[in-house]
Amino acid sequence: MDWQAFVLSLRLATVTTAILLAVAVPLAALLVLGRGRWLAALEALATLPMVLPPTVLGFFLLVLLGPRTAFGRGITALLGHPLAFSFDGLVVGSVIYSLPFAVQPLVAGFASVDTALVDAARLLGAGPARLVSSILVPLARRSLLAAIVLSFLHTIGEFGVVLMLGGDIPGATRTLSIVLYNQVENFDYAAADRTAAILLALSVLSLAVIYSQAHSRVSGRGGRDA
Amino acid sequence: MLDLSLDARRGSFRLRVECRFASDWTVIFGPSGAGKSTLLRLLAGLDRPVRGHIALDGRTLTETAIGLRVPPGHRQTSLVSQQPALFPHLNAAANVAYGLRSLPRGHRSRRVEEMLSLVGATDLASRRPQDLSGGQAQRVALARALAPAPRLLLLDEPFSAIDGPASDALLGRLQLWLRENHVQAVMATHDATDALATCAEVLLLREGRLTALGPAVQVLAAERDRLLGRLGIS
Repeated sequence: MDWQAFVLSLRLATVTTAILLAVAVPLAALLVLGRGRWLAALEALATLPMVLPPTVLGFFLLVLLGPRTAFGRGITALLGHPLAFSFDGLVVGSVIYSLPFAVQPLVAGFASVDTALVDAARLLGAGPARLVSSILVPLARRSLLAAIVLSFLHTIGEFGVVLMLGGDIPGATRTLSIVLYNQVENFDYAAADRTAAILLALSVLSLAVIYSQAHSRVSGRGGRDA
Repeated sequence: MLDLSLDARRGSFRLRVECRFASDWTVIFGPSGAGKSTLLRLLAGLDRPVRGHIALDGRTLTETAIGLRVPPGHRQTSLVSQQPALFPHLNAAANVAYGLRSLPRGHRSRRVEEMLSLVGATDLASRRPQDLSGGQAQRVALARALAPAPRLLLLDEPFSAIDGPASDALLGRLQLWLRENHVQAVMATHDATDALATCAEVLLLREGRLTALGPAVQVLAAERDRLLGRLGIS
């Protein structure tokens, strides 16, 4: 069992999920509450990684973040090292790759909140930030939970983007999915069985823990005080 | 004093109204679909007119010619709809306190108590919206709208779920409070008795057009006669 890859996968999924929430909540709120035709283009852009083959996305990011583009050279000059083939690069790739899995549930959840409640909050002086934090997020907490679960598990299981953008560097970019691929390539099916079982258990456990918390929260919820 | 000149569209429906509400209590009377709710939403700043302006006590709230629209929540205007729209994850007191964020905590609590007392809902403070009856929810929604001390209160059939005597008592207390606090009120209703009971200035709205504006006994004379006829009083 490659514990280093296990810890790296968990770290990558946790960091990616945290960043995705910070990005996806305001983005989903903008898509639901905003006006204008450009929002359709923005939503299409946010959904693109869902339909784009992971290897294609990984390749684009590899080129974008590499020395061939001014952007890549700028990032390298800023950080002192290239983003490609580093953990930070993997985080960037994972955030983009899993973005639709965070945004879509939130858009669905926010859109299901009664517009009369949104109007009431606006009439009482709530600005966009308060509207999101005090009305949309609490009323769409199941969608928020779905966004967290999907983002986390999607990142844990990603392979194409990781391989293209990160390669296979132990301790930096070698995740459990890469380990599994290596084991199969080396015909070490016994080890591959164990790695696959761990990935499966991780997925089931994450779902069970998060949904059980959601269930207890829903059944035990009470009105908040003034 | 509320001045308005509005031309607005909602799908195929068109609303065109130009008038001045000088009375403290104005009733917009008209059948369902006449544009009452549309007019109130425009006044509240929730919807945008195609053309027009709205001014409250000389302060311009909407002026399409210069692209001005003071956003809802900054117009000193509250709206109470038929649907109470209480925040389901907050109890009644927290709902009333929602618009009082700028007040210190002590003041906020006192204001919440005062508003719940005004609408006769003191005992509902800790109840969640889903545990309230329709009438109780409307009382809490009214308290929530009054709490931020608006200059203009818009009421869209707000007492529809409150029974007759209780509704009359609440309306009496509300009118007194509004007078004392210099709050102008505009209430939309399709019930002629509501309009006649308040001795208000009445705006008669039909198919998005203003057809009459004046004292209730004049504007609603035909409705009054119809009601008296149904009761067998000539």
